Amino acid sequence: MHQLLQQIFSGLAVGAIYGSVALALVMIYRATDLINFAQGEMAMFSTYIAWTLVNAGLPFWAAFVITLAVSFLGGMTIERILIRPVENAPVLASVIVTIALALIFNSLAGWIYSYTVQDFPSPFPDRPILGALITTNDLGVIVVTLLMLALLFLFFRFTSTGLAMRAAAQNPISARLCGIPVGRMLAIGWGLAAAIGATAGIMVAPVLFLDPYMMGGVLLYAFAGALLGGIGSPVGAVVGGLIVGVTENLVGTYLIASQLKLTVALVLIILVLVFKPHGLFGTGIVQRV
Amino acid sequence: MAMKPSIVTGLTMTGLVLAGGLALAAGQYGPGATDTEIKIGNTMPYSGPASSYGAIGKAETAYFNMINDQGGVNGRKINFISRDDSYSPPKTVEQIRKLVEEDQVLLTFNVLGTPPNTAVQGYLNDNKVPQLFVATGADKWNDPKAHPWTMGWQPSYRIEARIYARYILQNLPKAKIAVLYQNDDFGKDYLIGLREGLGDKADKMIVATQSYETTDPTVDSQVVSLQASGADVLLTAAIPKFAAQVIRKVYDTGWKPTHLLSNVSTSVKAALQPAGLDKSIGIISAGYGKEITDPKWQSTPEYKEWLAWMQKYNPQGNIADANNAYGYGVSQTLIAVLKACGNNLTRENVMKQAASIHDLKLPLLLPGISVSTSPTDFAPIKQMQLEKFDGTTWEMFGPVISGAAS
Amino acid sequence: MTKGFAVVVPDRTAAGQYAGLSLGAWRLIGALALIALAAALPFFVSNYHVFELTMVMIYTIAVLGLNILTGYNGQISLGHGAFFAAGAYTTAILMQRYGVPYWATVPPAGLICFVFGVLFGLPALRFEGPYLALVTLSMALAMPQLLKYFDNWTGGVQGINLVKVAPPAGLGLDHDRWLYLLVLAVLILAIRGAANLLHGRTGRALVAIRDHPIAAAAMGIHNARYKTLAFGISTLFTGVAGSLAAIVVSYVSPEGYGMFLSIAFLVGSTIGGIATISGAIVGGLFIEFVPNLANDISDAAPAALYGLAMLLFMYAMPLGVVGSLAPLFSRLLRQIQARGAVPLGK
Repeated sequence: MHQLLQQIFSGLAVGAIYGSVALALVMIYRATDLINFAQGEMAMFSTYIAWTLVNAGLPFWAAFVITLAVSFLGGMTIERILIRPVENAPVLASVIVTIALALIFNSLAGWIYSYTVQDFPSPFPDRPILGALITTNDLGVIVVTLLMLALLFLFFRFTSTGLAMRAAAQNPISARLCGIPVGRMLAIGWGLAAAIGATAGIMVAPVLFLDPYMMGGVLLYAFAGALLGGIGSPVGAVVGGLIVGVTENLVGTYLIASQLKLTVALVLIILVLVFKPHGLFGTGIVQRV
Repeated sequence: MAMKPSIVTGLTMTGLVLAGGLALAAGQYGPGATDTEIKIGNTMPYSGPASSYGAIGKAETAYFNMINDQGGVNGRKINFISRDDSYSPPKTVEQIRKLVEEDQVLLTFNVLGTPPNTAVQGYLNDNKVPQLFVATGADKWNDPKAHPWTMGWQPSYRIEARIYARYILQNLPKAKIAVLYQNDDFGKDYLIGLREGLGDKADKMIVATQSYETTDPTVDSQVVSLQASGADVLLTAAIPKFAAQVIRKVYDTGWKPTHLLSNVSTSVKAALQPAGLDKSIGIISAGYGKEITDPKWQSTPEYKEWLAWMQKYNPQGNIADANNAYGYGVSQTLIAVLKACGNNLTRENVMKQAASIHDLKLPLLLPGISVSTSPTDFAPIKQMQLEKFDGTTWEMFGPVISGAAS
Repeated sequence: MTKGFAVVVPDRTAAGQYAGLSLGAWRLIGALALIALAAALPFFVSNYHVFELTMVMIYTIAVLGLNILTGYNGQISLGHGAFFAAGAYTTAILMQRYGVPYWATVPPAGLICFVFGVLFGLPALRFEGPYLALVTLSMALAMPQLLKYFDNWTGGVQGINLVKVAPPAGLGLDHDRWLYLLVLAVLILAIRGAANLLHGRTGRALVAIRDHPIAAAAMGIHNARYKTLAFGISTLFTGVAGSLAAIVVSYVSPEGYGMFLSIAFLVGSTIGGIATISGAIVGGLFIEFVPNLANDISDAAPAALYGLAMLLFMYAMPLGVVGSLAPLFSRLLRQIQARGAVPLGK
């Protein structure tokens, strides 16, 4: 019983990590209809920027805010300069571009910062609580993820920019006719996603340890979580991430040897999707002829 | 007048000296070796998931640059050609073939990874090209009868695991052992070595095993599972990033096993510090080299020499990265072999010299440990010493143990 | 300079003739010339380059499979590396365990991959876009793990070492050149097969399903059957490529078939031109040579250069090399044709 609880809690902790990256994925998908395969690497790179600032002597929260700002601007710039040229090209071209970005960021990080694991300070004190079921660090990650989710939800629902972004993504032509600067909305979407990713990376680095491959595995699970929850739904992203985290742990412990953990977890996710092809919270798109 | 005979004498003298010199320099050469150059081939994963090991290739390049600056080996410069194989065996085959057939290297050196080396072992042995000092800890490179052109360098993972098994049998005979291993040849070799070392007690003593993939973000779940098995000894065969996670999770869950840790993750800076130095107290490992972030070694002249080399020739390298010490040591071994070849730089002689290393001491090896080979023993380093972490440094204990090869 | 002539259909004997031969005849001559060139090539280059070119052809076959599925049928696949591995391991196991001669392992490898592809294509019918991407990506991720798990069959993490292939006696060919010609023969078959398929009814049905699935269904095309068939045929091609790769490299191990291979196939496919046949050749060339070039230029960050190359190709030719250049080529051809037209009132 104790082990079951431990597995669930540690699943929730890692699931929150997946959920936070999934949020960034959903953000870009909602804004631009694209899956950003470079999301993880961008988050990792932002975390290195934060690390550089902290090492230069800045206090943690100052480094955090500066990194967020830099990431936001960076994300916007990437959209304007790198994604814009293939906007009207077939979707696959954008897929290749984001994959290329992922390779570039990863390689640059390895070159600049080397591949040795780096220490990253945590804003939360690191103490086990609840009878060693979970640490304050893990709890902090969960709380921050839920906070980001809430902020995003409010943003999309109750702000005019959020509304404009949703319009721009769903129907760019009509949106333009309404006077919405579609290009700028896309850029803002990427900027926000980059900022979310940076937050995720900074929260996660004390737990997963900072090296250029920190986000490699996370991106895959975040992708699965985002789709499980429904690719257009921020709530779905977080819930999906949590489910993936817990399922993975329970499968590995009770169902099958750890050597097949990844495979079985993926199979389960696919099974769920077979019955709900648009994810748990997603809504199908009705196509009119 | 009086000049003429001097000129004649001078010319004759010069001629004699030149002829003598030429006779000296006139050596026997295999492909890739000339009077002025020795070509060495290598592949490393400079891209892809194993690219952190690319630092080894860069360290080796830097070391050979230093040797060249110092005049080379017996007057010949080292031309070190290192290519990327992304840790993908088909790519390794391609690059090695290019090195042998197009670049015409004298030998291949420190190719990294068990699958890559397995893929080219047949080709290199068939074509009688030295596959020297391969960068993997697998046992199978020590087989001069079947593969006379292939030689390892570092103590194999199985030797290390057998040393741990012996320690457990001697000190914790009633132990219940849990094993966490990376799901590839590296991790599995520890499991196999442990079982071999425990003999018929293996099934009774090993109560739980868990594996992880390098694409897994965390291994917390595996640690929790292992704790639930009630084991009181934990063997962790993991690379630094995951070892750090294991150490931390073990501490956080309140589990206090006797923790045996693979030698690849003993770096104070890269594994123990991220986990928390205080959480790492009491961990046991076996070492063969000086741990470069361990304060104990940082005041020694050998370390300072290494550091000076890093700063001058490998400034991009991270001084906390054990790969840089590894590259340094294995390159020194190769230089010693090449020096011993003298002017006979054929592939056969290279293997012959490599198989006759007597007690070579390298500056970054632990005291008491040296490099030795013979025509029937292709395991250059087989000695290790147990060490325990006390919160600041690794303290050696016990004798230098010589692992029996297979 | 155009004197305002109307393009009149020239008189019959001159219709569509260029120097006495029809366009179709020219195409045939061109193809035969290319084949002859390709067959002669290995005798003019070193062993190592022959090996490289053989790998290019193998990747071309694999990418061709992906083009059929993702290009012509619109079903994205991030998992073709898994089918490549399945073909490779089928060959390896048959050769090593059952002593089957190497050339006889290729058809079973293709067949097994076809069956897997169809079985996979059935549930894939439910998914589209990013969901299908995830499902196929899962295959690519799961494959190495599965290969390591069933180690009784697959040799686990140690892989399977295969015996080097001996060329048939009496032909005077060495190992590398024999394999080159063998793979060339398979490539020609593959291209011919793909062309027949894609330029015929099936191809049109696939494209219709890709572009307007509802209209296609309304016109009586059985979407599910064609989509599943596309999957199977696609994986057949890639499986055959994997099988040939195992024979050429003589070694299989789980490390050679990671996620990156699947991504490399998609990259090569898109850069070559996803909905083309000749684009597969460009894709094969890209997969084989660009990483090496990147490494030659910089060993500090070769993957960054590889990524940069991908970006440049995509910006310059978003439809892929062949996809972007082919329309230009057709236009040129039409202009040549137009020149031959008889002007009115002259």
